[in-house]
Amino acid sequence: MLIIKDLKAAIDGKIILKGISIEVKPGEIHAIMGPNGSGKSTLAAVIAGREFVEVTEGTVTYEGKNLLEMAPEDRSKEGIFLGFQYPIEIPGVSMVNFMKTAVNEHRKHKGLEPLSASEFLKLMREKKELVEIDSKLANRSVNEGFSGGEKKKNEIFQMSMLEPKLAILDETDSGLDIDALRIVANGVNKLKRPDNAAIVITHYQRLLDYIIPDVVHVLYDGRIVKTAGKELALELEAKGYDWIKQNVEKNDLP
Amino acid sequence: MNDLHENSDRYLKLYNENIKRISENSAPFINSFREEAIKNFVKTGIPTRKNEAYKYTNLNPWFNHKYKSYFIPVDSDFEKAEEFSCDVEDLDTYGIVLLNGFYPTINSKLRELPGGIQIGSINEAAKVFGSTIEKHYGKYLNGNNDGLVHLNMAMAADGVFIYVPAGTTLKRPVQVVNLVQSDSDMFNQQRNLIVIEKNADFTLIICDHTLSPNKFLTNAVTEIFVGENARFDIMRVQNEHNNACKITNTFIHQERDSYVSSNNVTLHGGLVRNSTYHYLAGEGAESNSYGLFLADKWQHIDNYVNVDHAFPNCRSNQLFKGVLDEMATGAFNGRIYVHKNAQGTVAYQKNNNILLTDDAKMDTKPQLEIYADDVKCSHGATVGRLNDDALFYMQSRGISKREALLMLMFGFAHEVIRNIKVEALQERMDSLVMQRLKGELSRCAICMVKCGNI
Repeated sequence: MLIIKDLKAAIDGKIILKGISIEVKPGEIHAIMGPNGSGKSTLAAVIAGREFVEVTEGTVTYEGKNLLEMAPEDRSKEGIFLGFQYPIEIPGVSMVNFMKTAVNEHRKHKGLEPLSASEFLKLMREKKELVEIDSKLANRSVNEGFSGGEKKKNEIFQMSMLEPKLAILDETDSGLDIDALRIVANGVNKLKRPDNAAIVITHYQRLLDYIIPDVVHVLYDGRIVKTAGKELALELEAKGYDWIKQNVEKNDLP
Repeated sequence: MNDLHENSDRYLKLYNENIKRISENSAPFINSFREEAIKNFVKTGIPTRKNEAYKYTNLNPWFNHKYKSYFIPVDSDFEKAEEFSCDVEDLDTYGIVLLNGFYPTINSKLRELPGGIQIGSINEAAKVFGSTIEKHYGKYLNGNNDGLVHLNMAMAADGVFIYVPAGTTLKRPVQVVNLVQSDSDMFNQQRNLIVIEKNADFTLIICDHTLSPNKFLTNAVTEIFVGENARFDIMRVQNEHNNACKITNTFIHQERDSYVSSNNVTLHGGLVRNSTYHYLAGEGAESNSYGLFLADKWQHIDNYVNVDHAFPNCRSNQLFKGVLDEMATGAFNGRIYVHKNAQGTVAYQKNNNILLTDDAKMDTKPQLEIYADDVKCSHGATVGRLNDDALFYMQSRGISKREALLMLMFGFAHEVIRNIKVEALQERMDSLVMQRLKGELSRCAICMVKCGNI
């Protein structure tokens, strides 16, 4: 589904990703863990298409297509969803209008008729219940005045509205209490199907108690330094990141 | 001789040549102000950029031009004005149409609405309702020394008069449509007086249109009295063509516990300068003023707002926004003055602007002068680009960049428009703003027909 090969990327001339290769197959959940500053969010930004990240080398192929040549909105319509670490507030643009436009753009892309106002509101109601989001939030401007937890739940709500094939959740768990965490994880799990996949970026193991990954990668200093099964997350939780750092330095990995 | 003198001289000459005819047709009380006003005008002249209040606005190209001016309306004008009808759907109003600053109804120059409300020609009202005019006319200028206010006082021959008696509530708004139409370039002045007595509740819509493609210069002065515990909503839509210059000076005097909401949307106009003076003259008064402008090509839009907190425990709130495209320029000057005894004042001011090109330019100058110590005041001004993060966020949900830009700009503008309380007008404004943002001309249909693509 997603094949990243030897990806190198820089922000303002500073190299952040130093050669990353990952393959995500349909049905898989990948966790990307690593200490702060290791390049996790930059990787998410490359996949979603942020312009300020410059890809200097390597390829990203999504369903056989060169992802790096696609505009961010096309990536979305092709089924990629990024859950933001810091969701953006958009004053003056209502949640309803925002989601309606997005959903209908997706439908147009698939050759479907736009949803009528009542169909759309019905869909919105269903999905709101799924993520236990307060009804009132939907009438407000996008993320404006939402609490940290509400913003994160709103990301999962948007994800469930758009039903992506590949969801990337960038530290969606940070700053969440245990109830919100459960709701977020639940949203992700409900979306899981044999033909779609998710990449969960997280600093802590906590979220992985609820979302069971198939593969865990450890990102450190712009490189994947370790890849293993879900047990790796527990090992990281127990030992912290220092042993990884020491291993990297000892082995002097390229 | 510099431009200032030459310009001012042009208008002094106009006065000297026409004052006899103007006076003959005007009420004596209105005439009684003219001589002193022209003397003041000679002292001040047409404002230049040396004047702090006009620092960012160059009036010279508009004033230094040969216009036709007329002071007595002719019969054919009346017919033109009668032909006009507003095409905003479901907008149910009592309409008044003014042509070139005159209230041109042959049969009755004053009209009575339910509750004893009077609307019509100020010149006629000065003859019929002398005492009301004498009580209020020229009383709310607070020593204003703007040359254009003096010039208006000296020469304006007509305008709108509205009188809302104490305790009257009118559910349907009154709509004043100001039309300018002429075969040659034209200068006109208009003088309005609106008196809303205590405990009354009144809504007014003002629409400015141009109906022929000539160069126009309009200099309007409006005085508004809002009595104790009265409520007044005023909405103004400025939609003249870009070969027109509109200058408005509005003085709003508020008594104790009164409430005023003003909303000004400027869609088109070559140069628009709105000066609004809010005077909170009694405890517990509240003033909310909103403004929005969209400018492109070489338009220049200048909003000057002055709020005087003269008494304790008053509230004021200003929200002004601008979107500037191409080579458009704009200015905002917002002054809050809290007098020494105005304890418990709450005063907010916000001015946000978006520049869509490198050539567009906005000057914004917030001014707070606070002489009381128990006050809550804030101000903030921004001039910037659309938020890239918001744009990307929307794109990442599948919304195209063009659509996302439109939604962001519309959202920005809607924050002002949502305060328009007359629903049909709010909807029309939303749709005109959306058209404008899409790069289409956004005029009400009748203007599109008459002025084309100016």
